[in-house]
Amino acid sequence: MKQSQKPKQRKETIKSWLFFAASLAFTIVLLVIFPNRQTAVIKSSWQIFMEMFWILPAVMLLIGFFAVWVPKEMIVRLMGKTSGIRGIGLSLLLGSLPTGPLYVAFPMAAALIKKGARVSNMIIFLSAWACIKIPQEMVELQFLGARFMALRLGLTIIFVIIMGVFIERAVESKATEKGKK
Amino acid sequence: MNLAPVFINIFAIGCLFLSFVKDRRKTKQAVKIAVKSFIKIIPTILLIVVLVGLLLGFVPHVVISKFMGNQSGIDGIFLSALLGAILYIPSIVAFPLAASFLKAGASITAVAIFITTLTMIGFVTLPLEVKELGKKIALLRNGISLLLAILIGVIIGTIL
Repeated sequence: MKQSQKPKQRKETIKSWLFFAASLAFTIVLLVIFPNRQTAVIKSSWQIFMEMFWILPAVMLLIGFFAVWVPKEMIVRLMGKTSGIRGIGLSLLLGSLPTGPLYVAFPMAAALIKKGARVSNMIIFLSAWACIKIPQEMVELQFLGARFMALRLGLTIIFVIIMGVFIERAVESKATEKGKK
Repeated sequence: MNLAPVFINIFAIGCLFLSFVKDRRKTKQAVKIAVKSFIKIIPTILLIVVLVGLLLGFVPHVVISKFMGNQSGIDGIFLSALLGAILYIPSIVAFPLAASFLKAGASITAVAIFITTLTMIGFVTLPLEVKELGKKIALLRNGISLLLAILIGVIIGTIL
């Protein structure tokens, strides 16, 4: 198993670097054609780079601790197949903690799935992370009003749970088909 | 400044300390996993950095406001869904921006869709999502979220 994974992983890494190189080359060409955009592009890139630079190493470290210290049975029990409504609630709650941008949540969700959390709960977790942030809702309340906020939030939660179940079905039916082959 | 990175770094260092006190070997293993997974996502991160620079550098907020300000109707719905999906704006900035769209004449439906796709769908962060969760989950999540956003927007528009 490990032997077949290694070259595949290396290929993936090379592909990622090629993607990056291509996009960088494309950007450089664009900036040569439109030199007046240079400062804006470089400034935006630098901002997002610094943002990620300050967050991601800490996130990776936390994922490392998670992998080593948190027992698998606990995640299976709390967020796995049989976790039911409590699993959904916990996923919503975990997602809504004020903990940074969505890209932080992708590796976390991946780690949780590896430890036995259900896919539907992770979709709910990701969506909650994306749009149910407590400080974010304060700003929405202030700028768009209570009715707008409450309605949007309520609808989002309902639809996200449905989406989670649907995606889980779609992913897992394919997986079992593959298993049969 | 955003407090999230400060909080998360303090938390990570706290965990490092605790873990080290409890079990040095396990800590070493955890750090090894962290370094490995970090190295793995470096090219994806750099790709996102370039994409965000391109997007914000060539499509500044003023242009978006002018573009979306007085959109309503069916084309407004699709335009706001698309804009929200492609753009990368921190949500704290997004709400004032959305409020300014409302003032400029955009419909409530369009604004609700814009906010929902903006937060739930990440076009520029899609490479990272695919890398971590696989193509299938990432594409399904983003695609369905787009439809849901439109549905949510239309419902809000009819009620309010």
